[in-house]
Amino acid sequence: MTSDRPSIRVDLQLIADMIEPRSRVLDVGCGDGALLDYLAHFKQVDGRGIELSSEGVNACVAAGLSAIQGDAETDLFHYPDQGFDYVVLSQTLQAMRSPRTTLQQLLRIGTHAIVSMPNFAHWRLRWWLLTRGRMPVSDVLPHAWYDSPNIHLCSIRDFVTLCHEMDVRIERGLFLDQMGTPRRLGSGLALANLLGEQAVFQLRSNGTKGG
Amino acid sequence: MITTAGLSQPGYGREFVLPGHRVVLGRDRPLRLDSGAELRSFPVAWQTYGRLNADRSNAVLLCHALTGDQFVAGEHPVTGKPGWWSAIVGPGRLIDTDRWFVICVNVLGGCMGSAGPSEINPATLQPWGLAFPIVTIADMVRAQVMLLDHLGIDRLFAVIGGSMGGMQALEFASLYPERVFAAVPIATAAHHSAQNIAFHEVGRQAVMADPDWLEGEYWRHGKKPLAGLAVARMAAHITYLSEAKLHEKFGRRLQDRENIKYGFDAEFQVESYLRYQGQSFVERFDANSYLYITRAMDYFDMAGRNGGVLANAFRGTPVRFCVISFTSDWLYPTVESRRIVQALTAVAANVSFAEIVSNNGHDAFLLDEPDFHRVLRGFLAGAAQHHGLPASPAG
Repeated sequence: MTSDRPSIRVDLQLIADMIEPRSRVLDVGCGDGALLDYLAHFKQVDGRGIELSSEGVNACVAAGLSAIQGDAETDLFHYPDQGFDYVVLSQTLQAMRSPRTTLQQLLRIGTHAIVSMPNFAHWRLRWWLLTRGRMPVSDVLPHAWYDSPNIHLCSIRDFVTLCHEMDVRIERGLFLDQMGTPRRLGSGLALANLLGEQAVFQLRSNGTKGG
Repeated sequence: MITTAGLSQPGYGREFVLPGHRVVLGRDRPLRLDSGAELRSFPVAWQTYGRLNADRSNAVLLCHALTGDQFVAGEHPVTGKPGWWSAIVGPGRLIDTDRWFVICVNVLGGCMGSAGPSEINPATLQPWGLAFPIVTIADMVRAQVMLLDHLGIDRLFAVIGGSMGGMQALEFASLYPERVFAAVPIATAAHHSAQNIAFHEVGRQAVMADPDWLEGEYWRHGKKPLAGLAVARMAAHITYLSEAKLHEKFGRRLQDRENIKYGFDAEFQVESYLRYQGQSFVERFDANSYLYITRAMDYFDMAGRNGGVLANAFRGTPVRFCVISFTSDWLYPTVESRRIVQALTAVAANVSFAEIVSNNGHDAFLLDEPDFHRVLRGFLAGAAQHHGLPASPAG
């Protein structure tokens, strides 16, 4: 479970960089455990995963990681309030039936939620739609419209707006341009929404509108 | 420290010598059972594999299922067949006896040397028969812990078991969380469902309907309710397999004949197979033990004992859990494992859960299931590392 995973996906690396050493982390949709494995080794976190696919879960447990086979949309309800320092949802929110409820659950279970997502307002996708009149396909969104798991795609601006509506504080925001360079999501939301291929947010509930 | 003594095998006083160990426990302090009865000076038989290390940190307790026994690995001394988990327990195997000190204890109520209906009641010097008190899964675990005390083992690295063995693993973790680092309940449930109880009742009634059962006193008259016990085993055996597996193994194929003969012989292969399973079972198992152990399983209800909330059985637990189920197990289906996982999740326990795709039904945990073995091996390696032991014997 050690050195056979030298590097991780760039958005996972950004997520990992947000996580304090020796914290408690729940990775929702943990796949084969790449992030958990990295965090266990380089941040000594107490990590747990939840993953829909049996193959992913089996790979995690076989690598000595703690993971359960389950569906985040139903199983997150079983976790206790504030049981984790961080709850991570990477590249999955857009595939949830109920992203808003899921976001509430993440913020109920964790002190912080870390969410990464593809940005549907990236200029290349806009250009694709404008010039071809067809659903955009990219490295980040590789599926054809008819077999895409992504049923709730949104833009960076959409997501920020939802956070405001839910009274969720964005503690940190980063976007990745198409070269994979991370940039801070500052006040220039319009630029981020245009140049960001994907984004990573660290969130915290202000606690005023309930979990 | 460990002594080897002669064991008595189902025989109601007739001595058979079995390998392994046996000790009389509860001499000074009796074991108080859930029923309120007390067991004094009762024997416990167990088998070990591997060596206990100097700091006594490498003990693994394996818990056997309803009709299993302490002979986990190697050749079984009664049947001559491989022990029930010999595929994965042994030197260099998944549960590596070069590394772990493996202990398996014949359960209370059993018939392989631990106190049960076929053993001698010290008060009467006669076999207990139905005078043996009703025991529960928790009682079985308490007896195992008394044995661990006797062996001077304060804390196990892991408790692992399938089916009824999984119930013991859960109960052990619940009752003695400070005495075990990791628990692996496999193909099991935290309670017996109405359907589980129903199947067991069919088995018990089959035994009791046998005229040779003699109200449980068959041993006084030199008889055994073999036909009844065989039927019980046949019915139970069906629940251990899946429909798909039965179809694959037998289909509607006929036994030693080209055409059906319009009679009640074993016309179909599946009938012949079940009859064989029934007959070979009665040669090694005691009918009254079957009644006692099935009863213990029926009484099993961890939530019931904890105010109806299963999570209460594990609140604050430091134990690392790995729950494993099999897709085609309809005796203890995945939904039962999920209940356990949800309860453990609710108390923020460290739990892993894998559902293994298999068409081997409930018995999958005893069979060659590569995915299952990969998961179990990885969990144990990870747990060993967290326990401060190297992940593998070499490392």
